[in-house]
Amino acid sequence: MLSYTLRRLAFAIPTVLVISLIVFLMLDMAPGDPTGSLPLTIPLEVREQIRQSLGLGDPVMVRYFKWLYMMCFIEPMHILAGVTGWDIAPDGPRILSWQTRSPVGDILVQRVPQTLWVVGMGYLFGILIALPIGVISAYRQYSWFDQVGTFVSMIGFSVPTFFTGVVFILVFSVWLGWFPSMYDTTHNVTNWDSFLFQVRQIAMPVAVLALFNASQISRFMRASMLDNLNQDYVRTARAKGLGEKTVVLVHVLRNSMIPVVTVIAIGIPTVFTGAIITEQIFRVNGLGDALIRAIYVSDWPMVQTITFIFAILIVLFNLIADVLYGILDPRIRYD
Amino acid sequence: MKTRVALLGTAAAIVMAPAMALADRERGSSGHLNIIYWQAVSTMNPYLSGGTKEMNAASVVLEPLARFDNLGELTPWLVDEIPTLDNGGVAEDLKSITWTLTEGLLWSDGSPVTSADVVFSYEYCTHPEGGCSYRDRFAGIDRVEAVDDLTVTVYFEDVTPNPYLPFVGAGSVIIQQEQFQDCLGARAPECTDANFAPIGTGPYVVSSFRPNDVIEFVANENYRVPTQPYFETITWAGGGDANGAARAVFQTGEMDYAWNLQLAPEVIEQMEAGGMGELLVDFGPLMERIELNFTDVSPDLPPDERGTRAHPHPILSDIRVREALSRAIDRELLTEIGFGPMGMATCNFIVAPPAMASPNNDNCLVQDIDRANELLDEAGWERGPDGIRVKDGERLELLFQTSTNAVRQDFQALIQADWREIGVETRLRNIDAGVFFGSDPGSNDTYLKFFADAQMYASLFEGTDPTPHLEQRRCGREPQPSTQWQGQNINRYCNEEYDELWAELNREPDPDRRQELVIALNDMFVQDYAHLPLVARGRVSAASTTVGGIVMNVWDSEHWNQAEWYRIEE
Repeated sequence: MLSYTLRRLAFAIPTVLVISLIVFLMLDMAPGDPTGSLPLTIPLEVREQIRQSLGLGDPVMVRYFKWLYMMCFIEPMHILAGVTGWDIAPDGPRILSWQTRSPVGDILVQRVPQTLWVVGMGYLFGILIALPIGVISAYRQYSWFDQVGTFVSMIGFSVPTFFTGVVFILVFSVWLGWFPSMYDTTHNVTNWDSFLFQVRQIAMPVAVLALFNASQISRFMRASMLDNLNQDYVRTARAKGLGEKTVVLVHVLRNSMIPVVTVIAIGIPTVFTGAIITEQIFRVNGLGDALIRAIYVSDWPMVQTITFIFAILIVLFNLIADVLYGILDPRIRYD
Repeated sequence: MKTRVALLGTAAAIVMAPAMALADRERGSSGHLNIIYWQAVSTMNPYLSGGTKEMNAASVVLEPLARFDNLGELTPWLVDEIPTLDNGGVAEDLKSITWTLTEGLLWSDGSPVTSADVVFSYEYCTHPEGGCSYRDRFAGIDRVEAVDDLTVTVYFEDVTPNPYLPFVGAGSVIIQQEQFQDCLGARAPECTDANFAPIGTGPYVVSSFRPNDVIEFVANENYRVPTQPYFETITWAGGGDANGAARAVFQTGEMDYAWNLQLAPEVIEQMEAGGMGELLVDFGPLMERIELNFTDVSPDLPPDERGTRAHPHPILSDIRVREALSRAIDRELLTEIGFGPMGMATCNFIVAPPAMASPNNDNCLVQDIDRANELLDEAGWERGPDGIRVKDGERLELLFQTSTNAVRQDFQALIQADWREIGVETRLRNIDAGVFFGSDPGSNDTYLKFFADAQMYASLFEGTDPTPHLEQRRCGREPQPSTQWQGQNINRYCNEEYDELWAELNREPDPDRRQELVIALNDMFVQDYAHLPLVARGRVSAASTTVGGIVMNVWDSEHWNQAEWYRIEE
């Protein structure tokens, strides 16, 4: 198992490198100009000087290797230095965002907590809601509970978050006035009142995302439970005289969780990539928001860096899902 | 439409505001202000950004020597008086201008503001490797010299009748030498701390800055007016979308001020019914127009001749066709649908300042299909069997391009229908704004290359002097292969008379004569139907009804008088 994991890890490195090169070249070829979003009052000669000062004068491969070096060495060291307080940050140029002319790494460090809180909570609550619904729906297949559950998850699945988000804002902020419509990123939790405010401002985006995630995962859970409920070992367990509770919650649930756990693990990178639309609607300044805005203004260093991080996370969590599969299911061994 | 147009209200506000304001308002007495910019601010150094949002945010910290007030008049800001020919501040030969700083000015860190800071600001922005966005403000300057601690003289290379570009307006601010002296040229982006929290002379100081997210300001203790600013702190939030920002002011009251609400008129009207906010609109030089191409862009031409004046446009070179296209457009309808109270139909190239807007072209405001048809008949274009006009076997067919944007696509469809009515077939195309407004010479889709017959976009000029804007339409200023397709004579207009008149304007120091010349140039250009003005577009923001003292300004930063904003007490 260990050697399998190591082998997979070693194989992941070239994969990620190839992804980074492809992303870099694609962005380089993409039409769009970082000075294209500036007001037309800025003359063209000045725009050309701005492009030069952004480093666009170098050949593409030079820029790629510069970026790769900074991405793989300088930025991690700076982040490590920031986290630990050690004085290990190397000197020299860092990856600079074209919009802010400041290091991309610093912006990402500011952005990650919001995304983890909001999107992470949305995912967590989604899972917590989905599992019981999936189990009960499968156990009482075609009951009213199953029908309602199916209906709600179909809605959650098919209605996009940019619609549910706006509906939530209209109902709960504009009409009822319960929750703020904008997320205040400067808010610090220091006491009970400020904690309550944090809960109120996080409630709506989390609810929107939880609904969406729960719909997906509950369908998986239900399907997986149904597969297992008809298996021979379940009949055997019942025949042995085991209680219905034990049969469902111990035997069937544990077996049904195997595919669901992998689905959940593979979905975790989406927590980091952020829910771009939801973040924008509720003005949560997370990674997804940073990405979409960088795309709008052709801020390629920012786009490259965020996409590269996503690529690493996706490759990594795919690996974790595979390993988890092996751990959970004794029938599967990779060696 | 019951919209309060601030343009009209502004005068009243100015008269009334001081009377009410002087009660017992002092620094910080109004507490906290919330501002939302749905396009978040990226940096606090306007020289490194060029965007309007950054310029506006920086304007509450960094200030110029003089700026434009809401009427477009030059107002002394860090100086006691505007240098003129009469007071001797501007040299007789029009080749230099001398500014004298107000005595006793302090930076927010308590150190004195000196002429060395002014000279340094010039050096910072003109450094060849810096990529300064407002580099053109300092164009044509020979040198900037400090005469003494408070006096600074700008020497121009040439006779400069309008010397009020450098150090005037929110794009040409004074930065502190001590803070930025190690940040010149290529090192400019490395000074992240200075770029995010510049030391300034303005009413506020940055207390925390998160790029593309939120800025927090506190009142500057060393601000020159002891009773101002009235708001102690500002949270300048960014992000979300224009809808959300408008909602937060009009409907939920979470925000006090929202910038740049370019939303559909019916959306604005509906939200305004929330009653918690007020729409602020004022009109500046921003104008939505159609450019008609004077050159042939046929792809059959060799690449270095396509779209150049070597090949005149086969259809649009005829002024009768151009006039017909203009007459067929219903500008009032376009304005109502696309901009509502935030736009005004126009027939002028120079739409503002009011004194410079020509009164001679208003006849285009009324759609005149009959006249348009007549003109095309005269020009020899005859209706074919499908209603589209034909001449010498060629159909009257035009390619009409613009950037991707809901309002512009509505406009395209309406104009296509108008032109269809006079027998002109229009093919429509829209291009992503980042590409269309980019200046990549390798792309064939930029507005500069203009490989189409007509294109629509909005443009404007900085400050109140349209001379540079008029200059763009001179012969030889068009984008062409030899200039890597750089140039701002977008429609490739060329008229010797126009060039001569412009040269006269460029030499003329007398303001009244300049005004006449601007109007004459404008009339010459639009009466040649070289270019079809459509809508003068307003600057649109929204403010909570509980905030007073806001004076919308289209000539400078909207926050030019931020120090005077206050909370209206119930």
